[in-house]
Amino acid sequence: MEILLQQTVNAIALGGTYALLALGLAVVFSIMGLINFAHGELMTIAGYVLMYCGLAGVPFAIAAALAVGAAMLAAVLMEIIAFRPVRNASGATMLVTSFAVSMVLQVLFQNLIAARSQPVLLPQLLSDSVSIFGLVIGINKIAAIIATIVMLAFLDWFMRKQKHGIAMRAAASDFAVARLMGIRANTVISAAFALSGLLAGVAAVLWVSQRASVDPLMGFSPVLKAFIAAILGGLGSLRGAVAGGFVLGFIEIYLAAFLPASMQEFREPIGLAIVVFVMLFRPNGLIPAASLKAEKV
Amino acid sequence: MEPLLKVSSLQVRYGAVQAVRGIDFEIREGEIVAFLGANGAGKSSTLNAIAGLADVHSGTIEFAGRDITAMAPETLTPLGLALSPEGRRVFPALSVAENLLMGAYSVRDKAKIDTAWERVYSLFPILHERKDQLAGTLSGGQQQMLAVGRALMSGPRLLLLDEPSLGLAPLIVEQVFDLITILRDQKVTIALVEQNVAKSLEIADRGYILSGGKVVGEGTATDLMAEGGFEDTFLGA
Repeated sequence: MEILLQQTVNAIALGGTYALLALGLAVVFSIMGLINFAHGELMTIAGYVLMYCGLAGVPFAIAAALAVGAAMLAAVLMEIIAFRPVRNASGATMLVTSFAVSMVLQVLFQNLIAARSQPVLLPQLLSDSVSIFGLVIGINKIAAIIATIVMLAFLDWFMRKQKHGIAMRAAASDFAVARLMGIRANTVISAAFALSGLLAGVAAVLWVSQRASVDPLMGFSPVLKAFIAAILGGLGSLRGAVAGGFVLGFIEIYLAAFLPASMQEFREPIGLAIVVFVMLFRPNGLIPAASLKAEKV
Repeated sequence: MEPLLKVSSLQVRYGAVQAVRGIDFEIREGEIVAFLGANGAGKSSTLNAIAGLADVHSGTIEFAGRDITAMAPETLTPLGLALSPEGRRVFPALSVAENLLMGAYSVRDKAKIDTAWERVYSLFPILHERKDQLAGTLSGGQQQMLAVGRALMSGPRLLLLDEPSLGLAPLIVEQVFDLITILRDQKVTIALVEQNVAKSLEIADRGYILSGGKVVGEGTATDLMAEGGFEDTFLGA
């Protein structure tokens, strides 16, 4: 029982990080139909900012804010430089562009910073743990869960109560008509990228806090997972991305904890098989995007 | 008097398909002008070109004395142009109130927005009743009301209505045309694209008959109505 609760806390922490990343992918996809595989490099950029700040002795709270800010700025620049010229091209063209951006950035990290994994100095507090109801929980896990909750609450408020958030939902459902309303295409797409950068930046701080290192390929694996989570949840659906992120987090952690040792090697394929199995019954994902629903009616 | 909208030699192409083949017309302040014709006559393409949704191949569009031919749709709303698009195209996953709020997106003046809310809710009490409901769950007629209400939220000088009666039950069609009459009494200038010829000419001041992307007839609504015999134009298109 205790181990189940312990692992559930881990699953919420990991699932929350996946949820934030999947949300970032979904926000951009829902508005311009782009699956941005360079999302992972936004994480890596935030990771390197944390590393340099650690070396320079910047307090962690300020370092985290700078890292998130850097990811947002990088996301906005990425859109202006790489994606704006291909905005009206097909989804495949944009997808390939995002791979190109991702690889260019990875090579830059390898050549300008370091090819190998670099340690990130973190405050001692993050590696401490506290005992709650007999469970020993790492501060970094608690911080991850709280940060996820705060981010999800913020995004929900922004999308439902803020005029610009509502405009983003409008643009996601019918871009041409949103423009008729006077919603500027450039503004709403820039905002979507800034938001995705914010989410990637926060996810990066949480990710690095668990691992205390950063390398040029750091962002690849979590963003691949987030992509799977976004599809599992229903591509383009924000609530779906969150659901998919948590479900994937739970699948991974529970398999790691409860699969017999002899089968641990097959953990990833078994996890993906579960995802495929779920999608057999819900081909549009757990919570399909509204536009898909509307088309069916 | 300068016309509010002046379209000259307008051509619209989608790839190899030429939808509009050089048409000229104008709309004066306070008028309701009907654009009539069969499917594929170029009516919607014309409205979309004015609203900036379709690329103009050649020709010019002037609105309130300003050349708007190459302007993007989002820059036209602040100038006083609003389109209620074909097929209604409300935002289905947004509530009724959120849809209307988006209609007023480009309006900065808070007092003007408040006036627009009052105006739209008094024109369409049903929208006020259902303001928290998702637009996708409204009936077709209510969605049409919402599409028109949303276009009115920006307080347009020229309202473009694309097939507002399409796909609606006869009783609801009556309501839509009643509404246009009310808007006419409020001095809203309207360009109305319709397939319902008789009803449109009843409420319009003037009309243009389109066929194959060209203007094949024009005149006051009374003259056009007296002339009759559009069936050939429409079925032969």
